[in-house]
Amino acid sequence: MIYADNAATTKMSPRALQVMLDVAQNAWGNPSSLYELGQAAQETLMDARSRMARILGAEAKEIYFTSGGSEGDNQAIRSCVRLGAAKNKRHIVSTAFEHHAVLHTLKRLEKEGCEITYLPVHENGIVTAEEVKAAIRPDTCLVTIMFANNEIGTIQPIQEIGAVCRAAKVPFHTDAVQAAGHIRIDVKEMNIDLLSLSAHKFHGPRGVGALYCRTGLPLYPLIEGGAQERNRRAGTENVAGICAMVTALEEMVANLDKNGAYVSALRDRLIEGLSHIPHSALNGDRTRRLPGNVNFCFEGIEGESLLLLLDQAGICASSGSACTSGSLDPSHVLLAIGRPHEVAHGSLRLTLSEENTEADVDEILKEVPRIVEYLRGFSPIWQDLVSGRRAHML
Amino acid sequence: MALYSEKVMDHFLHPRNVGVIEDADGVGEVGNAKCGDIMKIFLKIDNGIVTDAKFSTFGCGSAIASSSMATEMIKGQPIEKVMELTNKAVVEALDGLPAYKLHCSVLAEEAVKAALKDYFDKNNIPYDPAQFPDAPSCASCEMH
Repeated sequence: MIYADNAATTKMSPRALQVMLDVAQNAWGNPSSLYELGQAAQETLMDARSRMARILGAEAKEIYFTSGGSEGDNQAIRSCVRLGAAKNKRHIVSTAFEHHAVLHTLKRLEKEGCEITYLPVHENGIVTAEEVKAAIRPDTCLVTIMFANNEIGTIQPIQEIGAVCRAAKVPFHTDAVQAAGHIRIDVKEMNIDLLSLSAHKFHGPRGVGALYCRTGLPLYPLIEGGAQERNRRAGTENVAGICAMVTALEEMVANLDKNGAYVSALRDRLIEGLSHIPHSALNGDRTRRLPGNVNFCFEGIEGESLLLLLDQAGICASSGSACTSGSLDPSHVLLAIGRPHEVAHGSLRLTLSEENTEADVDEILKEVPRIVEYLRGFSPIWQDLVSGRRAHML
Repeated sequence: MALYSEKVMDHFLHPRNVGVIEDADGVGEVGNAKCGDIMKIFLKIDNGIVTDAKFSTFGCGSAIASSSMATEMIKGQPIEKVMELTNKAVVEALDGLPAYKLHCSVLAEEAVKAALKDYFDKNNIPYDPAQFPDAPSCASCEMH
């Protein structure tokens, strides 16, 4: 099997898995308990928090452990909205291609009286700091822009956007779920006020994540209850999961340059090979993208059938077609970069990791063109394109 | 559990009656590229019997399987029988489809009927227009 869907989730690192087991077996006390067993768990947790802070260039007291990316995004956004509402600020700047954890939260907030500016992300899938600057108003309470897109992998100019927000004194949140562990992050240097990440995107366990919130910026809880996470996130801490997450992230960060060079070389070879398929197009900027992200549209075919046939060939991938999401519309990300519906249905996302090999890329490059050609062979759209009854879009 | 039944996977992986009939007696095309599925069905009709049926489909696994199954079900059948084809029968023959994929079977029924309508129109055969859904419609859009 070739696993090429690392943006969906990743296989756990053996070291992180071992740490998870060790902590669950040895530091299984409740960190809130006063006896030795509980305090041992508390110390383990404190150590994990310091290590997470060090990775991000933050301080330990700025790290809050969560259940994952969605929770972090929800909390960061809702907290800033509450803070803004106290000053009668209800305007938010974001982009059209955020993850649904952000986008659906914003849609809900619109109903609750917020006004949202969704910045365009252009054909290359990148928003500019100038556009963010122009969109900020006196009543803006938050700018939330993802670090790197989950579908097309494009990396946003976070440091510049952060500088613009800092100058305007507007809190800046970034959903770094796809970026953490894959590209360099330094919250201080990059002027980030809030950042959410999720462990399972970098070989950590599912159901655990972290939210960074800069000192001085109030953070309101999303989950009310006990006093855990300094009253910002109730619930007995998932110490084993947290320790495994930190271990996995440390591992990734220690090998960031090495992995980045290796994975992006595989990516580039895959992009080069797939671009030989007629009437295909790469989605998102060619270079300013995550090391492992490849996303193509193929005219005349539908993504789900492509995925099913790739699965038969032992290749795990994903698509932005409507059929794979169970919704009417194809991926909002592909629509946001200007792909027409017809073309967006025929998308394929392959996301590589450092575990993939040259042989994997060879195999994918053997199978994808074969399957695309096969499906085009009985596609009425393709027949219309070939006969000239329909004009090519790619 | 797998996304699709074994029957669906069989018809998806080994679709029957794929292709076009150049001198078809009736052709029906339904669906919409914007919605992500188009089904085109070609019929050869001789003496009131569907002697051959072929399809071209742009769509997901269940759309391809539904086209394949529908063409299998109508081949060799008299027109009156083909007129009675329902999406429900296609779904049953496929051992079920996930709820959000039922529109694929609706498309198959509509494509078959659109092809019959085309045959009636070409041959000036009178029919009750009420028997035909508004093809080409976009069932998938209406479903959601």
